[in-house]
Amino acid sequence: MPWDRNQMAERAAQELEDGMYVNLGIGIPTLVANYVGTKDITLQSENGMLGMGPFPFEGEEDPDLINAGKQTITELKRTAYFDSAQSFGMIRGGKIAVAILGAMEVSEAGDLANWMIPGKLVKGMGGAMDLVAGVGRVIVVMDHTNKHGASKLLKECTLPLTGKGVVDLIITNLGVLEVGHKGLHILETAPDVSRDEIRAATEAAIV
Amino acid sequence: MKKIFANATEALEGLLRDDMLIAAGGFGLCGIPELLLQAIQDSGVKGLTFASNNAGVDNFGIGILLETRQVRKMMSSYVGENDEFMRQYLSGELEIEFNPQGTLAERMRAGGCGIPGFYTRTGVGTQVAEGKEHKEFDGESYILERGIFADLSIVKAWKADETGNAIFRKTARNFNPPAAMCGKVCVMEVEEIVPTGSLDPDHIHLPGIYVHRLIQGEHEKRIEQRTVQKKETV
Repeated sequence: MPWDRNQMAERAAQELEDGMYVNLGIGIPTLVANYVGTKDITLQSENGMLGMGPFPFEGEEDPDLINAGKQTITELKRTAYFDSAQSFGMIRGGKIAVAILGAMEVSEAGDLANWMIPGKLVKGMGGAMDLVAGVGRVIVVMDHTNKHGASKLLKECTLPLTGKGVVDLIITNLGVLEVGHKGLHILETAPDVSRDEIRAATEAAIV
Repeated sequence: MKKIFANATEALEGLLRDDMLIAAGGFGLCGIPELLLQAIQDSGVKGLTFASNNAGVDNFGIGILLETRQVRKMMSSYVGENDEFMRQYLSGELEIEFNPQGTLAERMRAGGCGIPGFYTRTGVGTQVAEGKEHKEFDGESYILERGIFADLSIVKAWKADETGNAIFRKTARNFNPPAAMCGKVCVMEVEEIVPTGSLDPDHIHLPGIYVHRLIQGEHEKRIEQRTVQKKETV
């Protein structure tokens, strides 16, 4: 059976190690925070915070305390605040170990497209281009296919890129794939999903 | 050295002109100079270019200047959640230059530090790199990005002393320090002006050298995405 959103997030959390500074994107990546267990993980929010806490209790929201998705959040004992230039200094400077992001398309060479669909409403890339260019490891969490059943893992991305050759690992509802030199490697399959089923659902080269 | 003005309109007197470049602090609706934006709307100045991470929402933040057609161009990383922005953009009334968020922050910081350009990996191989100088360093490709030198900076801090030494509160700091640094003139609004000497010099986030004019006022501080958890669920 393919993984659901929470199971994909749980699988992504297994990639995190004690002591890591991590940036989580919007959507399924946000759920990863629910599965870090006892690991000592510090979450970065690129609007200027290390040590991001959970959502506040009702009535305790603070307009001066939001995450990069503009949601109200809370601070922790370890929290540090800084400005946007320093925030992206630590991102560009490779101090953030892992970014976990959603995607529209990933190519077999690790190209990532997740910010723009030409002809539709264009909102902007936010911090995604800086993150994928700067952090130590980029993990994409997304459905294997789009709502029409077409593969989101492609030979070449068709949408404008967020970064070229930047993705290291892809976690989909069908399994876990690593970006290798000549294509994608299947590292793991979701329960009762076969490697052949993953190959059939994938346009990108699997080696 | 009198930096304190009675209100936003007086603080902006003599600084506004059509077609100028304004750097604005804030992230979403958090830490935005809401009083100065209102005064800019009241002034009727037109053809503005804003270097600002976002464009506000309908009826708040830079959104109020979109309604009155005072903005010609945005230099931003993310402009979602704003119907009027999209309408003007799609009809060709408004120009947008998308900047990766960290590139935008660094362009402001660099401008404020007298650095006209810098190389970054961010955006290499994407639309952002088109038409920009590429240079190899140690086998890796980088693109040249330009520092921003704004005509005016408008920013918001939590507290400042009478000399403009400022401190910010939580994530409301965001783009405010780099935006403040990159303007020829910086006008800052704060929730409280405190007597000089009452802030710990070791705790100043932005030294007053960057702040030319200062006002205190009441802030609405609107929340864009109110997310909470129920007490009984934990």
